[in-house]
Amino acid sequence: MLVFLGLYGFAAARYDGFFTLRVFVNLLGDNSFLGVAAVGMTFVILSGGIDLSVGSVLAFTTIFIATLVGKHGMHPAAAIVIALALGASMGAGMGWLIHRYELPPFLVTLGGMFFARGMAFVVSQESVEIAHPFYSAVQGFGVPFSERVSVPATALVFLMVFAVGVFLAHYARFGMNVYALGGSEGSARLMGLPVGRTKVTVYALSGFCSAVAGVVASFYMGSGNPAIGVGFELDVIASVVIGGTLLSGGVGTLAGTLAGVLIFGTIQSALVFDGRLNSWWLRIVVGALLLVFILFQRFLARTSAVLRTT
Amino acid sequence: MKHLSVLVLALFACAAAKKPAVVGFAQVGAESAWRTAETESIKSEAANRGITLKFSDAQGKQENQIRAVRGFIAQGVDAIILAPVVETGWGPVLQEAKRAKIPVVLVDRGIKVADDTLYATLIASDFVEEGRLAGEWLAKKVNGKAGIVELQGTPGSAPALDRKKGFEQGITKYSGMKIIASQSGDFRRSQGKEVMEALIKKHGNEITAVYAHNDDMALGAIQALEESGRKPGNDVIVVSVDGVKDAFNAMVEGKLNCSVECNPLLGPMAFDAVEKALAGQKLPKKTVVQDKVFDQANAKEVLPTRKY
Repeated sequence: MLVFLGLYGFAAARYDGFFTLRVFVNLLGDNSFLGVAAVGMTFVILSGGIDLSVGSVLAFTTIFIATLVGKHGMHPAAAIVIALALGASMGAGMGWLIHRYELPPFLVTLGGMFFARGMAFVVSQESVEIAHPFYSAVQGFGVPFSERVSVPATALVFLMVFAVGVFLAHYARFGMNVYALGGSEGSARLMGLPVGRTKVTVYALSGFCSAVAGVVASFYMGSGNPAIGVGFELDVIASVVIGGTLLSGGVGTLAGTLAGVLIFGTIQSALVFDGRLNSWWLRIVVGALLLVFILFQRFLARTSAVLRTT
Repeated sequence: MKHLSVLVLALFACAAAKKPAVVGFAQVGAESAWRTAETESIKSEAANRGITLKFSDAQGKQENQIRAVRGFIAQGVDAIILAPVVETGWGPVLQEAKRAKIPVVLVDRGIKVADDTLYATLIASDFVEEGRLAGEWLAKKVNGKAGIVELQGTPGSAPALDRKKGFEQGITKYSGMKIIASQSGDFRRSQGKEVMEALIKKHGNEITAVYAHNDDMALGAIQALEESGRKPGNDVIVVSVDGVKDAFNAMVEGKLNCSVECNPLLGPMAFDAVEKALAGQKLPKKTVVQDKVFDQANAKEVLPTRKY
């Protein structure tokens, strides 16, 4: 969180017009799909797993909705419900495979990633526009904040998903089970926690969040595109890890993930504001941050281990 | 001390940014020599006119490009130049630009929006015309009789669709002009070579001409033809579109017969449009860039002046 404030402060000092409400609201809106997917990913990583299918499920959702609405005349609300159900069931399916056959999550979700990407291109090779009054209404909707700035629907969805995530993680039994599972699967089992059910739910939740992210992206672009979100899952994982969640599971918070997402967004906005630097600097900075954070975590883990043994 | 220097820098940036016009340019990426030439043209033209240019490379991703355009709007630039990654999905963000009264000039590719007041003008080549010019040139060269292999660009992309359509229009009058195979080489040199190798195996000496949707694929095909013991430029006539420097080299060496130019130097035209839009003048919805045909006869004189 401190890093985020520092970065934002630096950018605000450096670029004229950066420290405005509008830019901050944009930060929430532009990164809403990253944020929504990161909430789901946080649960997966907390449980000691990983989900690589996020970007493909997002792309599949956008093109699936666009095709249903644009080519088959379905009402967007119905299409969205079906897409969300598909995302969640695909996640549940992967979770079931991982639990039932004790398969490595990396490989199962890698398979899921190829599957969803392939399906997206089967649905349509090209991007499809969504022109529907319902979509324009949602796109035009915003909670007015001041006379020039209003919070867009995409940002609201992000904040809602985040709030639900915080509740699930920190105030519900499900969250406790996830932390326990990530801490040590063996002890979770011995404690009599529903390990299988928790695992399947975690992946279903992540699939659902990816689909929500897809819905948000479809509103953001007003179209569906089977080619978007290539490598998106890695951005999501990076945001979660920068937010302080241990990749080995059991440790981390959703507030940290929010900070991670905002750090990601701030760097990107700052690059656009600068307008002279190569945009690939985003990758370089994120890569460097990631390494610093992992080293930092390792250092913390070691000192706490030393403290415990002495 | 450090704080002071940041402050001074910030003040400096403010002072510098206030006076000249600020224009944001949202580019697709840097995937080919053609696109790099386009970027350079816009950057250098901005410098010539004393315009502060904010440049953003979307790395080929639509979501990055939308974000860049929104960033430009938040920053309050005077105008935006956009080379869209794909045709769809621009409605919401351009609506935002319109509300902020920032004119948008599209370059090299069009978009599909319901409301065409969302952008000031589109500056682009006519891809159909390019294909037609290539087709007509080839038909004349071979006296209306050829077995043609067509190497298409990225499936579904506007230049691939239109260059195919235009070429077919160009050869339709000649009954002896037959397209015996048409496959995608994805605008890449390596793929152009691979596809050509496979087609040589399949069709052998039936092939008397190659039409590639861009120079890179044509250069790949030339390699494949040479490796199979044929003489590209003589045994097999090769025509393509783009007119990049390497294509001119190949024409001078006699391996490529013709390249229809697709001019990437859009900077001057783009900034003319920006300045007119800022002055409140009405612009035509489309400004077509004039493309020229180059063949072995005039390649040599033009080669030294090619920058890309």
